[in-house]
Amino acid sequence: MKRLASWLVALAALLFSRRRSGRDGDGDRDRDREAGDERVVAPAAPDRRAELTVIVLLFAAALAAAGFLVAYAVDSVSDSTRLLGIALGLSFALVAAALIALGRWLVPVEELEEEYPEPEHPDDQQAVAQIVHESGDAFTRKRLLLAAGGAAGTALGVAAIAPALSLGPWVNTDSLYDTPWRGGRRLVDENGHPLRAGDIERDTFYTAFPEDAAKDEIGAPLVVVRLDPAALRLPPERARWAPDGILAYSKICTHAGCAISLYRTPLFAPTAARPALVCPCHYSTFDPADGGSVLFGPAGRDLPQLPLRIDAAGHLRAAGTFSGPVGPSWQGVRGQRPS
Amino acid sequence: MLRRAVRILDERTGTAPLLRKTLRYAFPDNWSFLLGEVVLYSFVILVVTGTYLTLFFEPSLAKTTYDGTYEPLRGLQVSEAYQSVVHLSFEVKAGLLIRQTHHWAADVFLVTMVLHLMRVFFTGAFRRPRTLTWTIGVAMLFAALLEGFLGYSLVDDLLSGMGLEIGYGVALSTPLIGGNLALGLWGAPFPGDQAFESRMYIAHVLIIPVLIGVLLSAHLALVAARHHTQFRRTPRQTNRRLVGLPLFPAQTPRSLGLLFATAAVLFLLGGLVQVNPVWQWGPFELSQGTNGAQPDWYLGWLIGALRLMPGFDVTLGDYTLIPNPFWGGVLFPTVVMGMMFAWPWLERRVTGDRQVHNVLDRPRDAPGRTAFGAAFFTWVVLIFVAGSSDRTYVFLDASYTDQIMLYRVLVWVIPVVVYFVTRRVCHELQGSDRVQEVREQAEAEAEAEAEEINVEARYAAASAQPPPGGSEGSSARRP
Repeated sequence: MKRLASWLVALAALLFSRRRSGRDGDGDRDRDREAGDERVVAPAAPDRRAELTVIVLLFAAALAAAGFLVAYAVDSVSDSTRLLGIALGLSFALVAAALIALGRWLVPVEELEEEYPEPEHPDDQQAVAQIVHESGDAFTRKRLLLAAGGAAGTALGVAAIAPALSLGPWVNTDSLYDTPWRGGRRLVDENGHPLRAGDIERDTFYTAFPEDAAKDEIGAPLVVVRLDPAALRLPPERARWAPDGILAYSKICTHAGCAISLYRTPLFAPTAARPALVCPCHYSTFDPADGGSVLFGPAGRDLPQLPLRIDAAGHLRAAGTFSGPVGPSWQGVRGQRPS
Repeated sequence: MLRRAVRILDERTGTAPLLRKTLRYAFPDNWSFLLGEVVLYSFVILVVTGTYLTLFFEPSLAKTTYDGTYEPLRGLQVSEAYQSVVHLSFEVKAGLLIRQTHHWAADVFLVTMVLHLMRVFFTGAFRRPRTLTWTIGVAMLFAALLEGFLGYSLVDDLLSGMGLEIGYGVALSTPLIGGNLALGLWGAPFPGDQAFESRMYIAHVLIIPVLIGVLLSAHLALVAARHHTQFRRTPRQTNRRLVGLPLFPAQTPRSLGLLFATAAVLFLLGGLVQVNPVWQWGPFELSQGTNGAQPDWYLGWLIGALRLMPGFDVTLGDYTLIPNPFWGGVLFPTVVMGMMFAWPWLERRVTGDRQVHNVLDRPRDAPGRTAFGAAFFTWVVLIFVAGSSDRTYVFLDASYTDQIMLYRVLVWVIPVVVYFVTRRVCHELQGSDRVQEVREQAEAEAEAEAEEINVEARYAAASAQPPPGGSEGSSARRP
């Protein structure tokens, strides 16, 4: 930034001097040198054509910038983003061209030779060490002093960052197991209408939420599908979890937490023999017929299944909580059923 | 007039000696040295455009009903953050231009940073006395990655929410502290406390930009203190002496021209090429996702790594030790970053070269380093490319699963091949350099010999007659 600032100052000086000498002719340039010092910068021959090019480019840049102002000021301009971008970009490009032409043809390009600075300064190193060392001559119990200073620094540092603990529950991670699903809770769609078992069709999927509970919690959304009951291969203890072949799984992928929003139904038996739920983030693929087991992709844990039942009115209800924790895994997550 | 201006400045600040030295600071000349400048200028434009955006952006997840001019979203429940971005894009004059320019500037900032890093690596510019400059640069790269991720995560559109879900999953997967870390940062299980938006916002507009600014200043100060490296174009350029163009006047118009050219490209992109049309993605809903979601390019290598991993968590019985996103989301970037930080030290250990180097290597001059760098880069790029297998599937109809299986092998095989091929190419190039050298030397000798024969012939011809005076030939005989 410092270098940039000095360049800006330098450019201002350059432009200033050019304007000045342009107005007053060469006499001024001579006067600037009359203190009798030698030239510092190598001489460069005038190049009227290059000079004219730079001048034309700068005027054109001014014109383009004015075009930007017009496009900005006039309300009726349609597609103003493009016009504004072209005008401003063009103005910048013209200034860039002017500067590059100036650097190429109008400014002396001379090579300077210089020594690299010394990479190390042993005398100064020695002096610094000595200054620090000698300044501590009055201390007699240095170790104790250092220990005390260290204690103060550490304790103060810990105290200073302790309020960061208020950001969240850093210690107790039980809330990661939370879901709003309880036995008996009805499944509703995004508008709050209860899902009827009779309306659930095959070869498509439904997103469901718990009735009278927050929808935007990681434990809330479900993906609901209907399969042929004969095709189900659920574990024996889940035999009654899918009434009429209707299955509900957490919609949140157990890999990295995206919503599982793709349903691959068997369109072509040789390559896609059975339906699969797919997460579009990293393509973790789960088998709804097999209790949400992982078919492909990076997920390392089955998709949690929610037991269902159909009530007397034909509505879908939860018959308990998920088969496992919802969402991405963390160290210490157990296969326990969420509370 | 000019003198008076300088006098006034010096009178008040006493900086004339410094200014004089600065103006004549010699800067070796090579096109590849300009990459770092483009990074700097992109950062300048990011700060300027970003400041403008903060004047309109509302960092709040509170729900509101969209009632702006974009018809498809009208009546939808959206967050104030999302609403303010759509409003900025459609109803604020020049708002979309500035927003898109900001986004493009972030992409260019990171592209040029990576190119600059590769230039520095393959020419050995990171060696003593510039190892700290390198370390700071690598730190800046990773700060910039996080900054970019936070930037597009703030908007609360569907894609940004999907990115945050992955960020949450990755944070959660960190061994030992994952659960605590994710809950602490987010304040609650995903999507987290409403305050999470404020946390991202202050990080994106203050904490990380200031960090990048400080690192950038230190980086530039060190470049100036050590002076710039140089290629050996002439024998005058050595480890002790540099030949370059003065900052003023030769370098100044070029560098400023580059600043304006960078601005030109970014504003033209911002005006003409649509980027991140958040109104098309729609507001984020936890229960929704979209297929074909891709992050900004600079996070592509991470999504590739996450997608490539075979599906397993490390478990003890039903107790999870290491969840899967750890490999691609935590370990992989840590390895890449660690390797970059450690490289100058590793190279010193392997080669035993602890000298100060102001003269750059050409890539062929250090076959081991060049081969390793090419292999390492290939490894990261292949993982990046693997992350776009879903796009390849759409465009070329190649099976996604087959592609992933293939990449799981290729990412380990191809870098090894690249290592040996690159090393061989470097040695061959060195060999051809030697041949060239020998030939030039032989040609010079042949020329000298021909000259000698000539001289002798002339001498013989001359000695047939009485010599005119002193024998000039004899001094030319043995050059």
